[in-house]
Amino acid sequence: MMHSLNRHVRMLTAGAAMSLILMAGGPAFAETPADTLVEGWAIDDIITMDPGEAFELSTAEVTANTYSYLVRLDINDTSKVVGDLAESWTVSDDGLTYTFKMKPDAKFASGNPVTAEDVAYSIERVVKLDKSPAFILTQFGLTGDNVTEKAKATDAGTFTFTVDKAYAPSFVLNCLTATVGAVVDKKLVLEHVAAVTPSAEYKYDNDFGNEWLKTGYAGSGAFKLREWRANEVVVMERNDNYYGEKTPLARVIYRHMKESSGQRLALEAGDIDVARNLEPGDFDAVSKNAELATTNAPKGTVYYFSLNQKNANLAKPEVAEAFKYLVDYDAIGSTLIKGIGEIHQTFLPKGVLGELPENPYKLDVAKAKELLAKAGLADGFTVTMDVRNTQPITGIAESIQQTLAQANIKMEIVPGDGKQTLTKYRNRTHDIYIGQWGQDYFDPNSNAETFTVNPDNSDEGKNKTLAWRNTWDVPKEWTEESKAALLEKDATKRADMYKDLQKKVLEKSPFVVIFQQTEVAGTRANVKGFKLGPSFDTNYVFTVSKD
Amino acid sequence: MSIPETVPTAGRSRARANGWAKSILRFLVIIVTTYLGLLAVTFFIGRVIPIDPVLAVLGDRAPAHVVERTRELMGFNKPLYEQFYIYVRDALTGNFGTSVLTTNPVMADIRRVFPATLELATLGTIIGSLIGVPLGVLAAVKRGSIADQIVRVVGLVGYSVPIFWLALLSLLFFYAKLRWVAYPGRIDIVYEYSFTPITGLYLLDSLWQGQWDVFRDVFRHIILPAGLLGYFSLAYISRMTRSFMLNELSQEYIVAARAKGLSETRIIWGHALRNAAVPLVTVIALSYAGLLEGSVLTETVFAWPGLGLYITNSLQNADMNAVLGGTIVIGSVFIAINILSDLLYRTLDPRTRAR
Repeated sequence: MMHSLNRHVRMLTAGAAMSLILMAGGPAFAETPADTLVEGWAIDDIITMDPGEAFELSTAEVTANTYSYLVRLDINDTSKVVGDLAESWTVSDDGLTYTFKMKPDAKFASGNPVTAEDVAYSIERVVKLDKSPAFILTQFGLTGDNVTEKAKATDAGTFTFTVDKAYAPSFVLNCLTATVGAVVDKKLVLEHVAAVTPSAEYKYDNDFGNEWLKTGYAGSGAFKLREWRANEVVVMERNDNYYGEKTPLARVIYRHMKESSGQRLALEAGDIDVARNLEPGDFDAVSKNAELATTNAPKGTVYYFSLNQKNANLAKPEVAEAFKYLVDYDAIGSTLIKGIGEIHQTFLPKGVLGELPENPYKLDVAKAKELLAKAGLADGFTVTMDVRNTQPITGIAESIQQTLAQANIKMEIVPGDGKQTLTKYRNRTHDIYIGQWGQDYFDPNSNAETFTVNPDNSDEGKNKTLAWRNTWDVPKEWTEESKAALLEKDATKRADMYKDLQKKVLEKSPFVVIFQQTEVAGTRANVKGFKLGPSFDTNYVFTVSKD
Repeated sequence: MSIPETVPTAGRSRARANGWAKSILRFLVIIVTTYLGLLAVTFFIGRVIPIDPVLAVLGDRAPAHVVERTRELMGFNKPLYEQFYIYVRDALTGNFGTSVLTTNPVMADIRRVFPATLELATLGTIIGSLIGVPLGVLAAVKRGSIADQIVRVVGLVGYSVPIFWLALLSLLFFYAKLRWVAYPGRIDIVYEYSFTPITGLYLLDSLWQGQWDVFRDVFRHIILPAGLLGYFSLAYISRMTRSFMLNELSQEYIVAARAKGLSETRIIWGHALRNAAVPLVTVIALSYAGLLEGSVLTETVFAWPGLGLYITNSLQNADMNAVLGGTIVIGSVFIAINILSDLLYRTLDPRTRAR
């Protein structure tokens, strides 16, 4: 036993010595390779890399950097689009047919040439697969039966797109800049299609490469996708076949890191070049560090809370108005969302055509009490709010709880996980819901539709917009106006119609919009040209370089 | 004369064979019911939680008709018992379904994430027991002394301090200030594509391939999270060792040994610890099994792509195939470790062998 004890001791000492040696090898300054950009980012929302299926923010960014589109948003003026694979385009006089001339020399990463055929196939597969984001294209009257006619290549260099109504061209073009507009390599995808037995739900005999593209890649962007490992890493590499300017960086790696403080530490130590999920405290510290830099951009996401009109108290118009006076916008803006958001009370985010920079409401308890008295609720009432347990949502809910109490409204916070509160919201069983709404595509219609259109307010309603979720019977004229704005060719007039709608919603709706999200990032000082775009589709990294 | 002798022998061996068969059968029944129970409970809890599983697959923005079609395709509108039957039937043929979050077959995912947790938990347990047991012995022997107090305080802190706080603090100190360790994840991105893991246990793989620089890098990544987990199991192990040892040291055979004139070292390590080792094995095994479930908070802070993170993420998204698959793996780990500690019992405790 003594022997074995000695052996133990010897092993222990040897182990300890070994760890010391290993550690003493130590304090070298961590640095990422000069040709590689490493971003720390929570990428656990990614569930597929197929541009015909993906509808998540992280995927939008990866797709935008690895695929080319027909057209893209002009990041200097987001009310316009510029050509990407399309050299030019024309719209027919009746406003129904869009003809795109393709750039002649573009190639996919595989080396295959990019032709109008590829564009047509990309749209065909989106429409036929009919996944979550397909409506962005099918809203133009495209169906599985007519898509090959409506979206087709007249020759290798010409693509025509036919829509069912004379929509505002800005609307059509904006929709083509969404992730579903990414052009896939038809030849390459066809090599990877899987056979499917047609059924009532899905009448095609193949999956258009969906299974393969979930993790595969068939694009022509500045970068090519090398790998995505769920909850771990996304790796992009320079695409030497890219038609445009070659990227300064050879590689961009998104590393899944969920924790703000962890990102900050790794950024400070130089193990990552960019930190993407910094919370206000960490962002503040990063901005004060001379070796680091920060950048930010307003994003198309608004945070709001809404009152379910099934609740008799909340259905009273005075109550809805009173709630708008019972939010301490200034306090929320200067503390809870400092650096990550900006007070914003209208439903269209800043940067979108028709934005209305008006924030008329301020905390005014007296005014709110007056309104509540008018509604016969001077003594207040009790109500619940479903709150997901993440910041800044929880903090804002608590702030609202306090200000409501000043007008005798007792609000109970029902905490829940994100998916849980959302399930309740979508079943219309909430009283008050607090959450965010991000645009589905970069066009005012995306938000205008969800905030002002509700054709069937019954529980069976098929068009489950935010208005529907809150059981709000939108005045018919508003819905009409929203639809008319879609057909307005004159961009200025179109913008005015959205401004008018926003004013109405601001005054008389069960929605209390509080702020617009600002996306922030911290970078190492040697990272050059890192700029966040107005949407996740425009967070480009292909111009980034390192000193 | 020889016949009557052989008969009882044969009878005895038959009886023994019978006993073996019985115990194996009993064991099998236990395993099957454990698994079925485990699956049933997880399955039904998973289906009654107020989260729409289709929401996890499609996200919030999918149009209504796509939601309906997906619900149909995934079989969520079938009765619960039928869904369960289909699941168990597929599971028996080795098909645990596909994770909606990662789009991979669940078992492929688990094969990927489990080695990360296994490596971390094993190293953590080694650290915990190599330090925890001697500390516990020391505390018991010097009961009431300063050493005892220190060990108890160390244990208490390990018990009561939230791990994510300690994790962040240690990151700040060992990584940000001292730069002794590496972060984040398991390996530096420099090696990400020059190193091909075989088993998924990076320490072993890099040693096996003789890549010393990789081994060093992996070690620098793992030592802090493993050290932290080690500290937490140390807290538990040292406390238990202390109380087992106190119990042994008050036994009469110790007095006898002292009277016999044995050296104190021999008495403590050779006799008392030898006897305390039997229950200690269970303690260490349980703490190891606990770590193998994956420590969610540690994995989150250290961006460690392990099992805990995988299952939690799946749970939050109602990705039930992944949760069920994970449950089966964890269940198997517990069963395996139980068997293992039973076997260790037999070698450590002669009485269990005699029976």
